[in-house]
Amino acid sequence: MKILVCINNVPDTTTKIKFVNNTAFDSNGVQWIINPWDELALTRAIEIKEAQPSEIENITVINVGLAEAEATIRKALAIGADNGIRINYDAKDSFAVAYQLAEYIKKENYDIILCGIESSDYNGANVGGMLSEILEFPSVSSISHLDIKEGKLILKREIDGGQETLSTQLPFVGIVQKGITKEPKIPSMRGIMTARTKQLLVIEAASCESLTDFIEFELPKPKAACKKIDPENVRELVQLLHNEAKVI
Amino acid sequence: MSVLIYTENWDGKFKKLSFELVSYAKEVAKKLNTTVTALSIGNVEETELKKLSIYGANKIITVTNANLSGLNNQAYTSVIAEITVKENASVIAFAHNNTGKAIAPRLSVKLKAGLVTAVVATPITTEPFVIAKKVFTSKAYAKVSIKSSIKILTLLQNAYGLNESPEAFNLETFEPILNESMLKTTVLDVNKISGKILLTDADIVVSGGRGMKGPENWGPIEELASLLGAGTACSRPVSDEGWRSHDEHTGQTGKIIAPTLYIACGISGAIQHLGGVSSSKCIVAINKDPDAPIFEAADYGIVGDVLKVLPDMITAVKELKALS
Ligand SMILES: Cc1cc2nc3c(=O)[nH]c(=O)nc-3n(C[C@H](O)[C@H](O)[C@H](O)COP(=O)(O)OP(=O)(O)OC[C@H]3O[C@@H](n4cnc5c(N)ncnc54)[C@H](O)[C@@H]3O)c2cc1C
Ligand SMILES: Nc1ncnc2c1ncn2[C@@H]1O[C@H](COP(=O)(O)O)[C@@H](O)[C@H]1O
Repeated sequence: MKILVCINNVPDTTTKIKFVNNTAFDSNGVQWIINPWDELALTRAIEIKEAQPSEIENITVINVGLAEAEATIRKALAIGADNGIRINYDAKDSFAVAYQLAEYIKKENYDIILCGIESSDYNGANVGGMLSEILEFPSVSSISHLDIKEGKLILKREIDGGQETLSTQLPFVGIVQKGITKEPKIPSMRGIMTARTKQLLVIEAASCESLTDFIEFELPKPKAACKKIDPENVRELVQLLHNEAKVI
Repeated sequence: MSVLIYTENWDGKFKKLSFELVSYAKEVAKKLNTTVTALSIGNVEETELKKLSIYGANKIITVTNANLSGLNNQAYTSVIAEITVKENASVIAFAHNNTGKAIAPRLSVKLKAGLVTAVVATPITTEPFVIAKKVFTSKAYAKVSIKSSIKILTLLQNAYGLNESPEAFNLETFEPILNESMLKTTVLDVNKISGKILLTDADIVVSGGRGMKGPENWGPIEELASLLGAGTACSRPVSDEGWRSHDEHTGQTGKIIAPTLYIACGISGAIQHLGGVSSSKCIVAINKDPDAPIFEAADYGIVGDVLKVLPDMITAVKELKALS
């Protein structure tokens, strides 16, 4: 089977968020990482390949982005992807990303396409579903368990208050969340060395339009200072929650 | 024209989020001078369906079809698209939960309709259609405009609340057209955790972190939660260590919740944890470290040993309940 993992390049999760004129994210001094869920998806794909080399022919990572995303793609190669692709495009919304990915996938034959549940920057949770509909592939979202046995997929998905086991036809788009693997795989020294020799193909984008526009950003209003209560007087806390905050 | 919402039931009962969604849709419909149509897939009794009209649904469409018994993203998308056309809906709203995230993006492509997820309020303007959503895991907000004629939204839970606005009850059934090509996934088995309050549905959440020291100390958290009718949650290391089950893990990589009250017990308040809880209306922190970052996010705080504070809190809540 051939697996494609869609990876987004996002600011490190501890980044202090700032904007330029409230119209664009201020990327000054920001550290970039593989979107956390995409990193988990990639880790899981590699785990399966390592455990059952005969099942997985190849793992490709793909990103829609500009040249600055290449460090992140290289990191994915260092973790263990076989080759990387960058579609050279500055997408304005998730639809545009999904469209670019679909244009590429249509010409190839991947069995499993993995996306993360959302990007930690714009919190879309869009691309995987959109991609599957453009391709008219089945999709399974909120996947928390993925395995392959004798050429068949074993899938579990989280639902509110429980879990479902599913089967799906291939090719399919799998949208993964936490639980799919425990910890993201960290690149080894050897991985980092071999990543330099792996192929990173850059392809030109198709023309496309976005359906939405980000017009303005805003930081939340600063919160009032925390009211401290004496640990010897917990009753006061409960009174405040009842009479002042009116939440109990 | 109408505002269409996708409601969700749980064993025939609507989740709170469905009532919130109707309340929300009602206000959007008022802005657009139109009505609210609620779609319900699965077996729900009429007395339960009627509840949707209390929050403002003018029309309720039910679909019962054996092929839709498990969530099949492709088939559900097709059904909702059919109903959108039939109802001439201009806005379609989902809850921003697993189901909404699974269907809304597919529907967006199928209808060529712009989608904004994790919206936090009703549209700022309707011409052009501009709406606010959370970005950077609640560390910021963005105003987004939708350019297409049909607009799709997913509403962040507890962002709007409940609001009654009774309407006459108008029920309709709908028989969708489904073909084999849409039925490529099958649900083989469902494993539901019963007897627990759904974390994403809970008004109050009591949550424990590594400061609780070990799974054997969770008794007071559960007791407090049961007194308050609350759900229980935990930080990531707690579920990673297996002290608590994974469905309790809140934070950026776990569940994102926004209860009216979040009580953080022995949780340091790392930025990734706050990403999942910072939209709570009121946050209480109990931590022995006065410099723990959780106090910056909290409204009320106690600097002290959580294992001593929790029993006192249980006593105080019992006293309060006895009085009221
Ligand atoms: C990419 C990424 C994603 C992540 N996603 C998440 C996520 O979704 N959710 C999440 O929770 N974390 C997440 N984390 C982990 C996060 O960074 C923190 O490590 C984690 O939240 C810490 O959990 P904690 O507060 O329980 O433990 P700690 O940080 O160890 O804090 C324990 C706290 O308990 C206090 N304490 C100790 N003893 C007592 C006592 N007797 N009484 C009172 N207080 C006491 C201490 O003062 C301390 O503040 C993520 C990390 C990364 C890198
Ligand atoms: N620019 C991108 N390039 C490749 N994959 C992406 C990109 N943006 C998003 N994705 C994928 O789509 C998932 C959901 O992203 P989003 O819809 O942006 O929240 C991510 O976890 C990635 O797997």
